[in-house]
Amino acid sequence: MIVVDNLSMEAGAFRLDEVSLQVPTGEYGVLMGPTGGGKTSIIEAIAGLRPIKSGSIRLGDVEVTRRKPAERDIGYVPQDGALFPTMNVRDHLAFALVIRRSLPSLIEERVAEMAKLLGIGHLLDRTIQKLSGGERQRVALGRALSFHPRTLLLDEPLSALDDDTRSQMCRLLKEVQHRTGVTTLHVTHSVEEAERLADCQFRINNGGIVRTPARAS
Amino acid sequence: MTAMPQLESNSTADAKAATSTPATRPHRVSSDVPFYLAFGVIGGAYVLLIVAMLLADAAYMLLGDNEPVFDPEWSAAHPVLTAMLDNPIGAALSKSEIQYSITLSLVACTVSAILSLWVAVPIGYLLSRHAFWGRNFIDAVLDIPIVLPPLVVGLSLLILFQFAPGWLQGQVVYQIPAVVLAQFSVACAFAVRTMRATFDQIDARREQVALTLGCSRAQAFGYVVLPEAHRGILTAATLAWARSLGEFGPLLVFAGATRHKTEVLSTTVFLELSVGDLEAAVAVSLIMVAAAIVVLMFARMWGARNLSI
Repeated sequence: MIVVDNLSMEAGAFRLDEVSLQVPTGEYGVLMGPTGGGKTSIIEAIAGLRPIKSGSIRLGDVEVTRRKPAERDIGYVPQDGALFPTMNVRDHLAFALVIRRSLPSLIEERVAEMAKLLGIGHLLDRTIQKLSGGERQRVALGRALSFHPRTLLLDEPLSALDDDTRSQMCRLLKEVQHRTGVTTLHVTHSVEEAERLADCQFRINNGGIVRTPARAS
Repeated sequence: MTAMPQLESNSTADAKAATSTPATRPHRVSSDVPFYLAFGVIGGAYVLLIVAMLLADAAYMLLGDNEPVFDPEWSAAHPVLTAMLDNPIGAALSKSEIQYSITLSLVACTVSAILSLWVAVPIGYLLSRHAFWGRNFIDAVLDIPIVLPPLVVGLSLLILFQFAPGWLQGQVVYQIPAVVLAQFSVACAFAVRTMRATFDQIDARREQVALTLGCSRAQAFGYVVLPEAHRGILTAATLAWARSLGEFGPLLVFAGATRHKTEVLSTTVFLELSVGDLEAAVAVSLIMVAAAIVVLMFARMWGARNLSI
């Protein structure tokens, strides 16, 4: 469960006052809103990358408002993927586990698991410079999921992709979320993405967040 | 057509040209050749100036007739060795004080470059990533060694050490540590600028991702930022090394110019000039040029190799 409760923050020109949202455990939440409306700031606040003025954030049953990003148990995929240019694909999938000093056998197992889940087994030894946009986002997703986090935060992960790839990635995201059961919050300005992916939809409006009914399917 | 503003003209040809609408007349621009020619000439003149200076040094040294170093009979027997050694550079290299000065230069520049990196990486990172109170002030302070006249840097160091305890003063001022400290004071400012620009170019988002993946700040820096900054680090080190090699004013004031003690290559050029040995001064200058070129090539080759990754 992702619970944002009465969150207030200021970032440069805009401010958010006491916004709240709640994504139930195992569901796919999509947060929409105009560009510059604070969608990314909310994701960053949940990830612990941006200071907040007041309010609280709970992930699962853990209050994480004051915790460091590293201790929040979140997978985070920013807009452009933000892959590490000095590492190959395998290093990306192993990174979080190496940091956690996991056993080599576990690391190998997880790398294989992520490679299979995301269909990037043939790319493992590639440097990231040679990947296409869609492949990059898969690697970023694999890196974010490799340590089996409870929460997945996606910040416009599909906006830099062409139409075909985006449609493919949409399917993949839904499938991955279904298989892993990770509670997801996906930020986008695309209505189409929201329609295709959301279990629950939210919209930022005039500095507040309203829940909009998801499509009846 | 009649609505077109009619230009005053007498000849029929002019009238014809004036009546054609602007839309039907093809738009033409003048040739680009003069543009590139002008820029090429201006740029080329400066490149030529640099190359000509170095060539003049080399020509002066090779054409000048110096005293033969070797016994004529020995020279006749070993023409190749004579050609290699019997020139001002060979003569300069055979002097013990110049050998000492070369060694001290290499060691002091390397130490000062390494020290500069150790300082420049943290400062560059903090300035690039964090908006802390007083950042603009610190930024301005870091420009001081760059804009201050070199002699003033040396004098200020000397005055600073007047306040140091006696034993420290004795260990540093007019001793080898003064050479390194004088070089470091200026070279480090250049290294800081380079490192800051390097970190500015590295996307902070990647560090943030590393934080969410479980890294502490130090781990994110060590695993993600530093490997990405390696080219900038190499550039900063090269720049600091080259600055240190060329350092002269602060050295003269703060470390003195004692032969076999605090003499580095730039000091040698000055000492040789002051005793009127122009050839030796040019010879040592060429040694410095060679050292600078080697370092520059090293940095370029290293950088290029990493570019292709």
